[in-house]
Amino acid sequence: MTNQNNLTSEVTANEFLVFTLGSEEYGIDILKVQEIRGYESVTRIANTPDFIKGVINLRGEIVPIVDLRVRFHLGDVRYDEFTVVIILHLVGRLVGMVVEGVSDVLTLTPAQIRPVPDFAATLDTHYLMGLGTVDQRMLILVDIERLVKSEDMALIEKTVTE
Amino acid sequence: MSIDLSQFFQVFFDETEEHLLALETLLLGVDRMAPVGEDLNAIFRAVHSIKGGSATFGFNDMTEVTHVLENLLDRVRKSEIILTEGMINAFLEAGDVLRMQLAFHRGQGSVDPGAVQGIQAKLTALASAVDSAPNSNVTSSVENSSVSVFSGEIKQKVPESVAQNDPGDGFFESLGEAPSEPDPGYGFFVDLVPPVVTFPVSHSEPVGSGQGLVGLAEPDPPERIFRGRRATDQIGADSSIRVNVEKVDQLINLVGELVITQAMLAQASEHLEGVRYEHLQMALRQLERNSRNLQEAILSVRMLPISVVFNRFPRLVRDLTTRLGKQVELKVLGESTELDKGLIEKISDPLTHLIRNSIDHGIEMPEQRHALQKPSFGTVTLNAYHRGGAVVIEVSDDGGGLPRDKILDKAREQGLPCHDAMTDAEVWNLVFEPGFSTADSVTEISGRGVGMDVVKRNIHQMGGRIEIDSTVGLGTRTTIRLPLTLAILDGLLVAVGEQVYVLPLISILESVQLTSENLRTISGDGRLLKVRGEYVPLIVLGEKFPVPGDRSLFPESPPIAVIVEAEGRKVAVCVDALLGQQQVVIKSLETHFRKLVGVSGATILGDGRVALIVDPAPLAHESQFSPTGVA
Repeated sequence: MTNQNNLTSEVTANEFLVFTLGSEEYGIDILKVQEIRGYESVTRIANTPDFIKGVINLRGEIVPIVDLRVRFHLGDVRYDEFTVVIILHLVGRLVGMVVEGVSDVLTLTPAQIRPVPDFAATLDTHYLMGLGTVDQRMLILVDIERLVKSEDMALIEKTVTE
Repeated sequence: MSIDLSQFFQVFFDETEEHLLALETLLLGVDRMAPVGEDLNAIFRAVHSIKGGSATFGFNDMTEVTHVLENLLDRVRKSEIILTEGMINAFLEAGDVLRMQLAFHRGQGSVDPGAVQGIQAKLTALASAVDSAPNSNVTSSVENSSVSVFSGEIKQKVPESVAQNDPGDGFFESLGEAPSEPDPGYGFFVDLVPPVVTFPVSHSEPVGSGQGLVGLAEPDPPERIFRGRRATDQIGADSSIRVNVEKVDQLINLVGELVITQAMLAQASEHLEGVRYEHLQMALRQLERNSRNLQEAILSVRMLPISVVFNRFPRLVRDLTTRLGKQVELKVLGESTELDKGLIEKISDPLTHLIRNSIDHGIEMPEQRHALQKPSFGTVTLNAYHRGGAVVIEVSDDGGGLPRDKILDKAREQGLPCHDAMTDAEVWNLVFEPGFSTADSVTEISGRGVGMDVVKRNIHQMGGRIEIDSTVGLGTRTTIRLPLTLAILDGLLVAVGEQVYVLPLISILESVQLTSENLRTISGDGRLLKVRGEYVPLIVLGEKFPVPGDRSLFPESPPIAVIVEAEGRKVAVCVDALLGQQQVVIKSLETHFRKLVGVSGATILGDGRVALIVDPAPLAHESQFSPTGVA
């Protein structure tokens, strides 16, 4: 599937939650976001990649927390009262995502979304839906569902065994 | 149209399955020589309901089979024809065919058209055979050419039925009583088909299975265990509702949350003392009591009587004994013992296997039993009861017992570690080794050697244990111990650095303080702990679950070793501290994350933190030392 197709088929929801990682601004489909909360101490899980911080108790659900800053080597990895976790709701699963900060919610018209140029980016272009432009800002629109489900995130069992 | 109907298919499937189960239990329980009208009516009703349902939903193949079956049953219940053993067999077969068709409509498996035609022909033949008997009316016309195939059988059946009418039997008196209690509406209240839980938990006990006895022609069953329960059963049946399991699980989750919140409140208010807070403290104590009660009540909803599983076995025993030419009666005790629904579903296969083993290997042939001066009827007993927060299920037989020498010989043949000085218990444990079988010949029923290891693995997966006890000549008893529920776990909270882990209490044997004296090192790497003359491999939990940033745990502080037994192996798990014992609500990690090696789940502690529950089995496997190290 080319990015052109992505534009027409997937970017119909046009409200995006904008968060920052390093100096870049990213946007994700706001309908995938359940809530935004502060970072609280996690229960560490051994034998997992370092970007999986652990699990938290989210009102009785055991939810894994992924630090995107660690995953993509962006920004300062600090945990303080300003550290933000975006809880994503992806087809029945909950995942917490640590980002540097959440700035705002933007509405983008399809005209404001450009296809991703083919360049080597921090994020594999495979996970990108497009680039959004608002005034002078450029948003990298992430297909968060595809990213979280990808094998290298190690969040979901690689093969369905049962 | 069909779209509208399809949403009711599931209901039809569930109900039909219940009716089939009812049909089977009733057929097995019915007394051929003195059938009780109410039982026959209930059988008829079950078949009739299936017929009606299948016709409504357009499953015509099922309608056809039930139609023939119903016709015959109708005449049986009107006493126009006499019930014979052959008929009961045919009815049971018809039930199997219906089940096969049902599975097909559910999209599982396929229908064998030969079996369907065969059973229809058989039933028609039975009906017409009776018609041709001297004193019955000729009503039905034979339409199927295959009737002739069965004529040989029919000729045998008819004299048999006449012979059974012999009043000289002398059995009628005693038999007239036991099953004669009317059980109105029986066929509609066998509630216990997954995925549905029944309120309240005292559930309706199918009358037929209550006898639990499958001595084929045995006219006077020595025990009728469930007689006393029937009155209450009927009340239970009337006031039960069907509820989706998901709803119950949701309730369990919510109550779990409530208990955690309550624990948080209690922790937060600990330092508040004095008269001003007396009311608060009192209210909090009451909250604690109430939430515990609530949790218990909700958990009990998921509990089902083990009769749900036990009810399947009379048929199994009947089929097996017929095939093997043995005489066995199945005695069922404590079938009202309650067990978590999740366990109920999983216990069926292991128990089936154990019963098969008992009948195939345990119980001797009648002549042999006679020579040994044992009653010619072998007994297989199923017993379930609660003991110390666990459910115990025993499968015992009065057969030949396990042959110790033979097991040892076979074990040697198969290269398993064994020696003559082993205790009986150790020898019996050999049968749980993969691939082990002592059967001289592989039969259709058992002897392939795949089995006991699977049984053991299944039981372990349920967090339970299995033990064998056997005496030559007297029989074998297999005891299964299971936790009451899969939803909560008695656990020991241990600290490793800043992390808290939960070890399941059921697998903990003891805990020992580590000293330089009881610790041995093997080739610099492996560590052994000496506990009362026995060397147990030691693993350090913090090394198995390394968490970056945690301080190195061994050997600066004097840690504690918890001796854990898993899959028959002992292993000492080294932790920093024991924090206490607690009942924890088991939460799945897989809901939002994935399965982790060495972790069976997670739970939420009183302070709201998540703690991982350690699965001892992989730990025991990883310790590469010989499992037996008795000095």
